[in-house]
Amino acid sequence: MKLSNLQRFWISFILAVPMLIQMLAMPFHWQMPGYRWIAFGTTTIIMLIAAIPYWKSAWAAFKHHNSNMNTLVAVGTTVAYFYSIFALFTGRDVYFESAAYVTIFVLLGDAMEERMHNNASNALGKLLELQVKKAEVLKDGKYVDVPLDQVKVGDTIRVRPGQKIAVDGVITKGSTTVDESMITGESMPVEKTVGDPVVGSTINNNGSILFKATKVGKDTMLSQIVEMVKKAQTSHAPIQNLTDKIAGIFVPAVLIIAIITFTVWFVFFHATAVQAMLFAVSVVVIACPCALGLATPTALMVGTARAAKMGILIKNGEALEEANGLQTIVFDKTGTITNGKPIVTDLIGDPQQVLPIAGSLEENSEHPLAHAIMTKVKESQIKFPSAQNFKDLRGKGVQALVNGQPAFIGNAKLVTDCQLSAELQKQMIALQDEAKTVVLVGIADLVIGLIAIQDTPKPTSAEAIAKLKARGLKTVMLTGDNRNVAQAIADQVGIDQVIAEVLPGEKAEQIKKIQQSTSGKVAFIGDGVNDAPALSTADIGIAMGSGTDIAIESGEIVLVQNDLREVVCALDISRKTFNRIKLNLFWALIYNVIGIPIAAGMFAHLGLELSPELAGLAMAFSSVTVVGSSLLLNKAKIEDDPQLRKE
Amino acid sequence: MINAIVFGLAVALISFICYWFFGNHHEQAGNSTIQNNEQHATIVVKGGYSPSTLILKQGVPAKVNFDMQDSTACLAHVVFEKLGVDKDLTKQKITTIEIPTDQKGEIDYACGMDMFHGKIIIK
Repeated sequence: MKLSNLQRFWISFILAVPMLIQMLAMPFHWQMPGYRWIAFGTTTIIMLIAAIPYWKSAWAAFKHHNSNMNTLVAVGTTVAYFYSIFALFTGRDVYFESAAYVTIFVLLGDAMEERMHNNASNALGKLLELQVKKAEVLKDGKYVDVPLDQVKVGDTIRVRPGQKIAVDGVITKGSTTVDESMITGESMPVEKTVGDPVVGSTINNNGSILFKATKVGKDTMLSQIVEMVKKAQTSHAPIQNLTDKIAGIFVPAVLIIAIITFTVWFVFFHATAVQAMLFAVSVVVIACPCALGLATPTALMVGTARAAKMGILIKNGEALEEANGLQTIVFDKTGTITNGKPIVTDLIGDPQQVLPIAGSLEENSEHPLAHAIMTKVKESQIKFPSAQNFKDLRGKGVQALVNGQPAFIGNAKLVTDCQLSAELQKQMIALQDEAKTVVLVGIADLVIGLIAIQDTPKPTSAEAIAKLKARGLKTVMLTGDNRNVAQAIADQVGIDQVIAEVLPGEKAEQIKKIQQSTSGKVAFIGDGVNDAPALSTADIGIAMGSGTDIAIESGEIVLVQNDLREVVCALDISRKTFNRIKLNLFWALIYNVIGIPIAAGMFAHLGLELSPELAGLAMAFSSVTVVGSSLLLNKAKIEDDPQLRKE
Repeated sequence: MINAIVFGLAVALISFICYWFFGNHHEQAGNSTIQNNEQHATIVVKGGYSPSTLILKQGVPAKVNFDMQDSTACLAHVVFEKLGVDKDLTKQKITTIEIPTDQKGEIDYACGMDMFHGKIIIK
């Protein structure tokens, strides 16, 4: 039977309870009856199930001339354990608890790491499932269903309304609107006609089209994105574990100090062999990385738990460190800064006249603009008659009979066909300058009103961006949308720099450019499939909880509530947690720095010696200090904590 | 007399520790075996990678087996940065990774924490 680290941790922890009680009772001079034998029994089991893997790994590392955290654990536990057995039979003080607790604490760290790894989901696989299984390919003058993997470059493929486009290609016949939101995150359908490129896995809305396949299999945009995310994820250089770095020098150094201690006492101070050995053993025992092992996992545990309560999921420790050197924060537009759904922002003309007509004409439309208009009509609780004789005005809008009169609704291309007063014309241009989509509503040949539609920023975005700027961060917007729309949104929320008209596959490239141009770290916040490579490339990827699975997997931090103010909290808690880890490591090291010379007997002439009781107590104390310091994170002040926010 | 022996022993031990951990050590690189136009090699994962340097022949499809013998968390993952591979080695005893050998060069790999390193040389 193979136990997981977590199982081994719990078994060892329960076995170690009697030793914990004894350690706490020590200052009161209470001795558990038969303690030495209880400690011997339980520690032996702990060594067998929990410490032996470290001994094996350390021995193998030793053969490679390496020493690491495991070596330190192995040396500390073997010395403490075997010396204690020697002491048990010769009537000296035992140090079993040192061996047991070092093992348990290190095991806790390993168990946490194991859990983090197991939490990784398989969204990359899910992304590929977006692909259709087959396509209608033209063969010998007939359209036949062909499995996706047999579609070749140059094949002509037919796509009916509502179907998914199978692979990447160029339209050869027909025109339609395509929902590309799964790739670009852009909620507005894109109009496509002969000569326009289409992307595999996007959804064809209303027209029937023929297209020629230009990219299949591994070359499609979707496959490329999956590949980029994979590469970006593995190339994310993980920080070298600080404790491991220290251990590389620390282990040999401690061993050397222990040997010197023994020699000096034995040769120069003529101590007995047992006395000299006691000093040497004390050095190794006190150097045990108990507090060192606890410093990182406890702070991580408290910090991430507190963040989770605020609706911020921090997926790994590296994000915490990166947050420290953050200088630039890059936002995706649609769905991140904005709501991702267009809404009616302005209505020009008499609502009592304009809305009933708009409602009649758009009632049965699937177009997202129509959806925005219908939401507005329903909100205003306006009744509208049903329309007859619908006529599609080919890329301009629709026309129908409402109450026996011809009515129309559509875009600015209608202007040439109908009458638009100079006043309305002026207002239309003003609205268009604000990057709003303007819809014209009219009866007979006269335009009676304008409806302006825009994907507006979330109400909290401007506040969040102002706060981030107040922290000295540079804010950048990265979007595939056109420059005017992007700039208009940026002005509304106060973004410093706009990078617009970025192709879906180029976002990661842009992040790299920003990284090269600044010395600090770069964070990226996004939600779409096309954001995934950028999320993995950025030093910190922050995904919106409402985003696609792939974005959530690619990000190191997930904002559950989709509120940009949480970015401020996330950065605060990351900084606080990382600083706490550094403080903990400092305490743990100071403890070793002070403890080793005392253990070596350097202050013995002053009467300052580390008796076994004191060694045990000091060890417990250092661990308690570190745990307590981590728990204090719960009390650290986080600006904008949603739990304290008054809404 | 005994003092001199102890002193000598201590110096010897300390020199050994310094030599062993801080000295410059070279490890023998491993080679693959070629069968039916396919090359195989095994890297044992135990407190590190042995052999940590593996030489493969260019142009012959290669499969490298990682034999997991370490049960601590340190070496649980192997990451080939260039290839976009990040494999969990603890799921099964032997994990096979296909290495592209169409180009000459070095492919580095490391554990999940970037603490243990190894490389594959294709020539």
